[in-house]
Order: sequence, then structure tokens, then C-alpha cells
Amino acid sequence: MGKTMYEKIWAEHLVHESPGETSLIYVDRHLVHEVTSPQAFAGLRHTKRPVRAPHKTFATMDHNVSTRTKDFSKTEQMSRVQMETLSKNCEEFGITLYDFQHHDQGIVHVIGPELGLTQPGMVIVCGDSHTSTHGAFGALAFGIGTSEVEHVLATQTLQQQKAKTMLIKVDGQLGFGVTAKDIILYIIGKIGTAGATGYVIEYGGSAIRALSMEGRMTICNMSIEAGGRAGMIAPDERTFEYLKGRDFAPKGTDWDKAVAYWSTLVSDPDARFDVTVEIRAEDIEPQVTWGTSPGQVTSVGGKVPDPESFRNPVDRTAARDALRYMDLKPNTPMASITIDKVFIGSCTNARMEDLRVAAQLVKGKKVHPKVHGIVVPGSGRVREQAMKEGLDKIFTEAGFEWRFAGCSMCLGMNDDQLKKGERCASTSNRNFEGRQGPGGRTHLMSPQMAIAAAVEGRITDVRTFLKK
Amino acid sequence: MESFKTHSGIAVPLDRVNVDTDAIIPKQFLRKIERTGFGVHLFHEWRYLDYEGKKENPEFVLNQPAYRKATILLTRDNFGCGSSREHAPWALEDFGFRVIIAPSFADIFANNCVKNGILLVTLKSAEVDELFKEVLAKPGATMIADLPSQALTGPGGKKYSFPIDSFSKDCLLKGLDQIGWSLQFSNRIKEYEEKAKAGKPWLA
Repeated sequence: MGKTMYEKIWAEHLVHESPGETSLIYVDRHLVHEVTSPQAFAGLRHTKRPVRAPHKTFATMDHNVSTRTKDFSKTEQMSRVQMETLSKNCEEFGITLYDFQHHDQGIVHVIGPELGLTQPGMVIVCGDSHTSTHGAFGALAFGIGTSEVEHVLATQTLQQQKAKTMLIKVDGQLGFGVTAKDIILYIIGKIGTAGATGYVIEYGGSAIRALSMEGRMTICNMSIEAGGRAGMIAPDERTFEYLKGRDFAPKGTDWDKAVAYWSTLVSDPDARFDVTVEIRAEDIEPQVTWGTSPGQVTSVGGKVPDPESFRNPVDRTAARDALRYMDLKPNTPMASITIDKVFIGSCTNARMEDLRVAAQLVKGKKVHPKVHGIVVPGSGRVREQAMKEGLDKIFTEAGFEWRFAGCSMCLGMNDDQLKKGERCASTSNRNFEGRQGPGGRTHLMSPQMAIAAAVEGRITDVRTFLKK
Repeated sequence: MESFKTHSGIAVPLDRVNVDTDAIIPKQFLRKIERTGFGVHLFHEWRYLDYEGKKENPEFVLNQPAYRKATILLTRDNFGCGSSREHAPWALEDFGFRVIIAPSFADIFANNCVKNGILLVTLKSAEVDELFKEVLAKPGATMIADLPSQALTGPGGKKYSFPIDSFSKDCLLKGLDQIGWSLQFSNRIKEYEEKAKAGKPWLA
């Protein structure tokens, strides 16, 4: 019987396997940031253990960096301690660091692919749940806790139980105004936020193949929001083309060898998945969340659901809690909800393609007078490229603030936060209570939908907006 | 890590699905570089009425007299979803929780709990419903979680068996240094690296 891509990568990375014990798998690439690593390095120091392979770990600062200034002294004091601690740790243990001031600094899941650190067939881990992003290249990539960060630093391996496999096939042609973000929100709405718990998801089908690398990253990024350990997409010519010539991509004869190897990773035609989900691309409309969990999502043409319409009492209670927190009434049309803030950014949607599409849509228009919008590029390189193309001017002329790279208002660890009661159209990945700031209310959507909302001052169907 | 064999304690009902790690420990408390002291911020948004955490919310279950000393958390599906922050189990453990009972747990959170000596008891939804009813009928009731026999005893004495993989069980029972365990395979890691270097030189 054939093997799935996950099974091939798993087998290739097994260091130890024995019944009744955990397996040990080798980690090719380890990414580190300032928030989930200090205690791991402290642990190493305490047990006097060295970092086994410092050249396989790369660090950056993204979670709590200011996006308003590069003046380090203006950063909040405890965040500064975390950043200084990361600098000290990287220096002491010999790890490459793209620090706050570095040109290539950025969101860890944006800079990994950008620098060519992310490659097909790799096992990639990071102390951040959105590590699943890197699966877009046909890598096995997932988030780990701080104890595991320490484990990887010390051993370059990870204790892992083999996951089950799920194939999500999206076939057909995406409709006008429908994006990768809508595909993944639709999937989460369909299978639920725990729908893929215990599984590694492989996304396939013609609609996935047709996506750019950026779109594929958006899809894999939110696999964790469906509970999946990882999400992956088979590498193809588009993947190789994206990687060729990047800083850390293989060069010369190594490149040819690597491409030959990467081409073998694709799931075999007779591979068996534990579960298969089939979706018609034509069924997907622009999506927007109404609740406090990414699975509480509907089409922009839909309405806020009535909690009483949920048959399962647990779902009913969850919907009631969500509507109370979101201050929404049942049966309100989604495309009537007014917003206060717009956030364009995050490891889900802050790459060049996202900014290009957003800028093109907002060009010559103005952000609604009652709305405050920020655009936060995913990395220093994205920022620079966008400025070369004049996108920063388009955004600022429309009334958006143009920022430096970082995680920013996706999780509000820096000073980019929603105030209590504020409602945000956001291109990020989580609409949890308080996620973007205590008491803040988040509606997740695509960058296109976020621009339409910014201009109209309320959630708007991007398809009607485009036709205007 | 502290070892885990048997634990008896007060069970507190947290009747919510999809409790995410942002709710368990909000972002403003992640700026520390130590592993300790997170318990006071556990469930901050629900537990306190003010941002500073000085005014308790009397309606939140952990603030009710019967549950203040709870060490067993009874909750619903997909507990611990979202961010991978290990600060979540650190906060739960620091508050005093040793056992969490739910129909399902998020993947990364479950891994993080094993590393911190917290036992996750996965029961069927109907069984969790039963336990909710019992605990709500008798606030402050205790339960016993016994790891060697993989059995949870409810307040009324009814026993429920729960699954756990044998490696996690062993780690918890022994309070194992997991990095130490893996380092016993150093030679195999080295062999793997040499083989990989020959076959996939671009990864070396």
C-alpha cells in the first residue's frame, strides 16, 4: 500500500521507535522567538546541557515588538527584558538571531519561508502554534511548548506519537472575491475547531493546487484552528520556483538533488488516509466569523445565528456566551455590523500578495471616518518590497497607518490592542475573547473583506464592493 | 517534575467548550522569563472585574467559597485550544490544579501538561455530563484520580476508567526527566545525522 506525504516524512525522520515508548523524530529546523524561549534556555543553563546543533536553530523577535518605532528604548519594559534575554541567549549558545533592528526581522512564520529556511520534507518546529504555516511547502511543521523547545535545543529531536491522517480535498473553481482565507474559514466551520484533533491534515484538490505559495501558507497556518497537529500541501513546481535562489535554499548540485528528493514526497495515489473530507470550491463564499471561536463562522451574506437553533446544548450555550461577548443579536445580517478598527497583518495574511491585493482594492478610496485601520507587514523584507511598489503611500493616502513588522494586534502583546468594546475587522487567525485586547471583539476575514469593511465602516460583501 | 500517582481533591466545574489558552492565561502575563508565579493570573478575564486583577468577579466559579481550594478541573470539549503557550499549564499548576477532566483536549496543550505533571482525564461526553450534575448538586465534592489503575472516582463513588498512552503514564508516575530519557539515544541521533548528511547534504 502507498504512503501519505506525512508517513514518508515521519519514516524519514525516525531516530528511535519502540513499542510502549514514545518515538523520537529528528528536527531539521527549529525557529525561536522571544516569548516562549527564555525558560527553555534557563533550563539548559540549569542542567548544564549544551545546544546540540546551534546552526539548525534560528531566532527572531516578533511577538511583542513595537510596530510604531524601531527605538528600542520606547518598548515596554518587560518586553524589553524578554528581547534582551533572547539576544543574550542566542549569543551564549551560538544561535543566529534576526533581532528587532535587523533588516530581515519579522513574524517567524513569514521570515522562515522568505529566507528559504523552510523547505519541503523537513521537520520544522517552533514554540508557536502557527508553525503549521510551513506545511505549505510539504514540510511537517507544528507548534511545541517551552519544555519541548528545551528538548529540541538539547537533543535536536522531539518525542512524538504518530498522528492520524486526514485529507481535505477542495476541488473546483473559487468564485469571484473568494480567497484562501475563505477556504480555511469554511473548512473550520465545517469540521469544527476540534475537527482535526489528533490528525495531520493534507490539503489537496484542484482549488488548492491553483493557489499561490502565499495562499497555501494562509491555509496551512490555520490548521491549528481546526485542532490539527499540522497541515501540509504537496510540493510542486510552484514551491520549487518560490524557493530557488533564496538565502538558505540549496545551491548548485544540491539544488538538483533536493528537487529530485522533494518530488518523491507527494502522497502515493494508493495511499490511505484515516479520514477524507471533500469540499466543492463553488460552495465557498466570502467568510466572516460572528463568535469567539474560529468555527463560529458564516458567509458574509448570512446572519448571526440564533443560539436556540443549535440542537446540541453545549453548542447552544457556547453561541449564547459568544453573542453576549460580541454584543450581537440573533438574525442580524452580517453585512450590517459596524466596525471600529481594521487590522491587516499577522502570520496568516501579511505577505506581499496580501498587501498587493489590499492596496489595489483601497487605491483611490478612503477609510471610513469612524474607522481606524493599521497595516502591519509580516517582515522587514515585505515592508521594503511594499514600499518599493508604493503600497505604503496607497495605504496612508487612504487613511491607514503603515507600520513596522511584527505580530502586533493579532495577539496584542505590544501596544497595538483593541480597547474594551471595540469591534475589529481582522485578517488574523483567532477571535477568542480578549485576544486582540481585553474586551475587544474580533471578526476574522480575508484582507479583501477587511478593506471593504474599512471603507464602508461595516462588514461588507467584497463582491458587491468590487462591482461598485 | 513532580511525580503523579494518586490525587484526591475538590473538583470545580467550568462549564464551557473550547476554553483556549488565551483565556487560561492572557497575553499580558506572558512577558516573564521565569516559569513560576502565573497562578494568580489564571483565567484572569473571567476571574477579575478589573484589568489589574484586584477586584474578584464573585460570579466566576473559582471565586466561590466551595471551590477556592479546588485541585481538579472539570470542563468541556477541546480544552486548551489555540496558542501553544506552556504558560497555560504553568498557571494551572501554580494555582494548584493536578487533574483536568474533559471529553477532549487540544493536542499541544496535552503535551505541555504531561511535561508539567498534570494528569488529563479524558472521559466520554455522557460521563462528563454525569460528573457535572454531581458536582453542581454537591459543591465542594471531591474526586479521586488514580493513575496506576487509570480510574477516576466521582463524588458518589462511581468509578470511571480513562485511557492514557503508556509512555505518558510512565513519565507522570516517575516524574521523569524527559530530556534525560531522550539523551540516552545520543548515539542513534549521531548516526541519524551522519546518514542524513550523506543522503541530504543540503540539510547538514
